[in-house]
Amino acid sequence: MGNHSHHHDYNFSEQFTFTGKARALSLVAVAVGIVAVAIGLLSSNHIIVERTYANLLLMGYYFTGVCAAGGCFLALVFVTQAGWPSGLIRIPQAMAYVLPVASLVLLVIIIGGLFSHNLYHHWFGEGLTDPNSPNYDALIAGKSAFLNAPGFLFRQVAFMGAYSICAWLLARFSYREDLEGGLNSYKKSFKVAAIFLVIFGFTSPIWIFDTIMSLEAHWFSTMFGWYNFAAIFVSGLCVITLMVILLKRAGYLNWVNENHLHDLGKLIFGFSIFWTYVWFAQFMLTWYANIPEESVYFYKRWEPEYKPWFWLSVAINFVVPVLVLVNRDYVRNPKVLGAVCVVLLLGHWLDFYIMVMPGTVETHRGFGWIEIGTALGFVGLFAFLVLNKLSKHALVPSKHPFLEESLHHQI
Amino acid sequence: MSNFKYIIGSFADPDELMDGIDRLQANNVSIYDCFTPMPIHGIEAKLGVKPSRLPIAAFCFGLLGGTLGFSLLYYTMFYDWPMNIGGKPALPLPDFVPVTFECTILITALGMVATFFYRNHLFPGRAPRVMDLRATDDRFILAVDANDNADHLKIETLLKEAGAVEVKYNERKYVSYE
Repeated sequence: MGNHSHHHDYNFSEQFTFTGKARALSLVAVAVGIVAVAIGLLSSNHIIVERTYANLLLMGYYFTGVCAAGGCFLALVFVTQAGWPSGLIRIPQAMAYVLPVASLVLLVIIIGGLFSHNLYHHWFGEGLTDPNSPNYDALIAGKSAFLNAPGFLFRQVAFMGAYSICAWLLARFSYREDLEGGLNSYKKSFKVAAIFLVIFGFTSPIWIFDTIMSLEAHWFSTMFGWYNFAAIFVSGLCVITLMVILLKRAGYLNWVNENHLHDLGKLIFGFSIFWTYVWFAQFMLTWYANIPEESVYFYKRWEPEYKPWFWLSVAINFVVPVLVLVNRDYVRNPKVLGAVCVVLLLGHWLDFYIMVMPGTVETHRGFGWIEIGTALGFVGLFAFLVLNKLSKHALVPSKHPFLEESLHHQI
Repeated sequence: MSNFKYIIGSFADPDELMDGIDRLQANNVSIYDCFTPMPIHGIEAKLGVKPSRLPIAAFCFGLLGGTLGFSLLYYTMFYDWPMNIGGKPALPLPDFVPVTFECTILITALGMVATFFYRNHLFPGRAPRVMDLRATDDRFILAVDANDNADHLKIETLLKEAGAVEVKYNERKYVSYE
């Protein structure tokens, strides 16, 4: 404010040391995940193999989505010229930096699932598009100009490649800014952020149609892309917030306070409502019109093995953030906000579970060591890669032009 | 005894205004209110302003709007003339959500505009009143109730020390833009 000079005692060269418990726990989680996935994939029971693939897709998609949300958050911060997050921007930067790895992991899962027919068998299979075959499916044949293996794989590589490059660049520019100073990095980041948002905005629904919606290729919803984007973005925001809270508890990030948490909480609150809005729009129109080819999606989720979880997902992902985060005192309290973040991350795991399982394992769904093991493995991999990247640079971009605004943020 | 009601300290800089608040408070002078052309972070906490009650009004308007929207649907679609649309139940609650939601938003928005006008005495045909005309332009205004605080000379000195460009003694609480 004004022309007063500011004095603060923050140590801007502070770096996160990634050792001890955090490092050991993340590596143990990765090991648990590898063991669970290996046992699942090597099983002689085909249903177990397919269920493992479905879980790999779920968590690979979740992992990639959260990292992409980190890149998306960065890009939004740059194009809106927001100053308040400058002090915590190193966290989404580390997530964005990991996006290329996450994309590669997801690509491997998708290719493996496609060619082993454990995923995407609704549209990729022997004779589905051949009129002379007994397996011929007119609906799938009609969609084959778009939904064919070469096109599908090309789009996966092109889209995830573009997101990865942009997200990686955004992180790189900021790390370089620490060494060089000046406005050069900021200006370049602004351009890349704008380009990234245009690419991501237009192609992410198609990427989501391919990756998740095509698991049930007979069905389609034009809202599916936005519905998933909302889920991904809420999850990404929860991860960022949770990491801020945990880092603060470990004694880092002294310059981030309850005002920054309040803003992050407001974003989680708003995007949770947006998630519900799109979820409900998709559900209500399908329910009202009641056209068989549309209602088949919800029909499957109405079966006894899915129905309670289907409703639980809405209850968690809508009711919890709305009732808890609406309160100013709660959203500014790290313990309450952190608990909501954990609940929402579990809730969106359930959300993705409800999306993936009915189209893959159908009635053979389960919840056991495969689900828990795979999820733990990916959480460990994410934590290891992101925290490792975080430890390589100072925890604050000390030459960011808007840093001063972040230090004095107050709402 | 003079007949003026308020002492007005007019500052050109928000930091000097904040300094003025500190100085008056340190000398146990109660501050009536501050008026600034832009929001100043931390001024509410410093002045001890109570949290706004506007959210309560918003909640009441929202409740009213939701009730009105739902009643409209209930009466027209179910009570007065039940209609069979697409074989759905006569009272299809999911379909009622969008209209109820939109009515909630509409009545809340209109109600809050009305509340804003009511609270700020902004009615059609009435010139707005403020404690200092430049408070909406380039000055940061600090008002002290002259009847509550006896030592006027000391108040003026404190305000000037903090950097007040001008100290006025107003006989009337408000001046009008008329």
